[in-house]
Amino acid sequence: MEKFEKITGIAAPLPLVNIDTDMIIPKQFLKTIKRSGLGVNLFDEMRYDRQGNEIPDFVLNQPAYREAEILVAGENFGCGSSREHAPWALKDFGIKCVIAPSFADIFYSNCFKNGILPIVLPQEAVDVLMKDAEKGSNARMVVDLEAQTVTSSDGEVFSFDVDSFKKHCLLNGLDDIGLTMEKAGAIDTFEAQAAQARPWV
Amino acid sequence: MSPKTLYDKIWDAHVVHEDADGTSLLYIDRHLVHEVTSPQAFEGLRMAGRQVRAPGKTIAVPDHNVPTTPGRENPDQMPEDSRIQVAALDKNAQDFGIHYYPVSDVRQGIVHIVGPEQGWTLPGMTVVCGDSHTATHGAFGALAHGIGTSEVEHVLATQTLIQKKSKNMKVEITGKLRPGVTAKDITLSVIGETGTAGGTGYVIEYCGEAIRDLSMEGRMTVCNMAIEGGARAGLIAPDEKTFEYVEGRPHAPKGAQWEAAMEWWKTLYSDDDAHWDKVVTIRGEDIAPVVTWGTSPEDVLPITAEVPDPASFAGGKVSAAQRALDYMGLKPGQKLSDIEIDTVFIGSCTNGRIEDLRAAAAVVKGKKIKEGMRAMVVPGSGLVRAQAEEEGLADIFKEAGFEWRMAGCSMCLAMNPDQLSEGERCASTSNRNFEGRQGYKGRTHLMSPAMAAAAAVTGRLTDVRELM
Ligand code: SF4
Repeated sequence: MEKFEKITGIAAPLPLVNIDTDMIIPKQFLKTIKRSGLGVNLFDEMRYDRQGNEIPDFVLNQPAYREAEILVAGENFGCGSSREHAPWALKDFGIKCVIAPSFADIFYSNCFKNGILPIVLPQEAVDVLMKDAEKGSNARMVVDLEAQTVTSSDGEVFSFDVDSFKKHCLLNGLDDIGLTMEKAGAIDTFEAQAAQARPWV
Repeated sequence: MSPKTLYDKIWDAHVVHEDADGTSLLYIDRHLVHEVTSPQAFEGLRMAGRQVRAPGKTIAVPDHNVPTTPGRENPDQMPEDSRIQVAALDKNAQDFGIHYYPVSDVRQGIVHIVGPEQGWTLPGMTVVCGDSHTATHGAFGALAHGIGTSEVEHVLATQTLIQKKSKNMKVEITGKLRPGVTAKDITLSVIGETGTAGGTGYVIEYCGEAIRDLSMEGRMTVCNMAIEGGARAGLIAPDEKTFEYVEGRPHAPKGAQWEAAMEWWKTLYSDDDAHWDKVVTIRGEDIAPVVTWGTSPEDVLPITAEVPDPASFAGGKVSAAQRALDYMGLKPGQKLSDIEIDTVFIGSCTNGRIEDLRAAAAVVKGKKIKEGMRAMVVPGSGLVRAQAEEEGLADIFKEAGFEWRMAGCSMCLAMNPDQLSEGERCASTSNRNFEGRQGYKGRTHLMSPAMAAAAAVTGRLTDVRELM
């Protein structure tokens, strides 16, 4: 996995609550057996009309936000299905960080597996950053995972919490499976004990 | 020993390793796999030269994008990309030696219906699947939740998952339900009360007399939608009904193993003085038959109510409600029971079990669906379908004008050709009413099987109690 480094980038405002995974990547794009190439279909039904033309109003179609690396959104971002196609599509588009007052559980965890940092901040802080994002491409936000801060283009600093293990993996680009494989001995022992205690499993 | 919740007990029995910060390696007893979220995981294994650690604990079935029209074994019935996905699962199941129910097998069906039906899901287990409605299996007192594809790969390779423990939430439904009120009304009403993020960070245990009174099918409906309330999982403590359902299933323990299992299973309940981080109590008699009016499962109201005014909401919900009404083509103040519908879908892992089909058939028996209506019943598994045919339910549906389909997810997520067209309005027994969920610009109202059946007969959203 790619390491998450400090980003200084354009943030796109998406002031909607309950942005679900069907919005992020509609199901017709789940028929792929690959992880890559989903970025063009990110937010497909909001981004294109039925003929495949861009809908100019949609934020990521606006010239100022085409290069956005950060999304600022409303509460419960990523609710709905467990499809990892959602973070794959965000990543493929170039989004590296999503800021919202809350995230759905599975989406939140899927982000970390793909080098995307989801940041939870209080509604008031998100409101400030949403306003900041609305300024367009001149307003660059800074996201510093090491320091656990987001800095608005005006220099206002917000601190965020992140699980120490997840932070460590993201900063170092570590692959979970490799880490768990190192504990193979513990898994063997557990399995042997469980086979005694619950042989019917 | 300090008192524990059911969740605490199952969790503790599965911790392989715990770090100082609480990050834990949890052992997984059952891993269910389907065609949409697994190809990239198997590809990952191959690229790293890894094996499936416990193929005997891994079960695969294609369900999400298989056609549900009879004769579907013919590969020409499937669009190219769906066929590739199903073929990939066929191959992966074979190459890695995991249990498999192909499309041609009568036991094939929606993964969350097949697991319990075959006795793969048992009390006290940890169960995962690359699908958010894995919460369904919580009805057996199993800790069950959805995972992403990277985690699917992680479980395939290591039979474990890296997790942090969630908080404990109790949802108690007291007393009795009124006539016409079902498990679906309970689960939708809970989400209406707590919101779609109300359960975020929690594992919910559903309890109380109204939950105890539910059949296993009903309990699965309740737990199925725990995810729609934001919770990681939903649980119901196992009891006699659970044991009776499980006993004799193909992969349930037998003989001495059954006795040993029962001994443990009977300890699986929350201790009286266990600690709850959050408690929600709802009186069973206060629950009405409900429908959704918007594009989030929390947009729930009794069928006797009216479409709400967006201005009556707070904060970000005002614009969300306005957007939902525009999308749904509804006006504030409109009576819900006046809303005309075009299509009825009865099926999904929420309501595709035999009891659901019985409830719907009881409403349509001897009646016809409204003229011009498109209505379909999609059984949750081949075995549910066979049983419904044996009980004469299939004939009731067919005579009423319903299409009688093969098992699969179908119009729950509309990945196969079963889709709504633009503006088409559907009474659906599935679990998500998101924009575009059942087809581009399609409009979904969620409800119970009995309510959907009533809507099929009258052509509008209908209080099932009028037809009882
Ligand atoms: S029926 Fe619907 S919710 Fe259930 S597994 Fe299939 S797509 Fe998911």
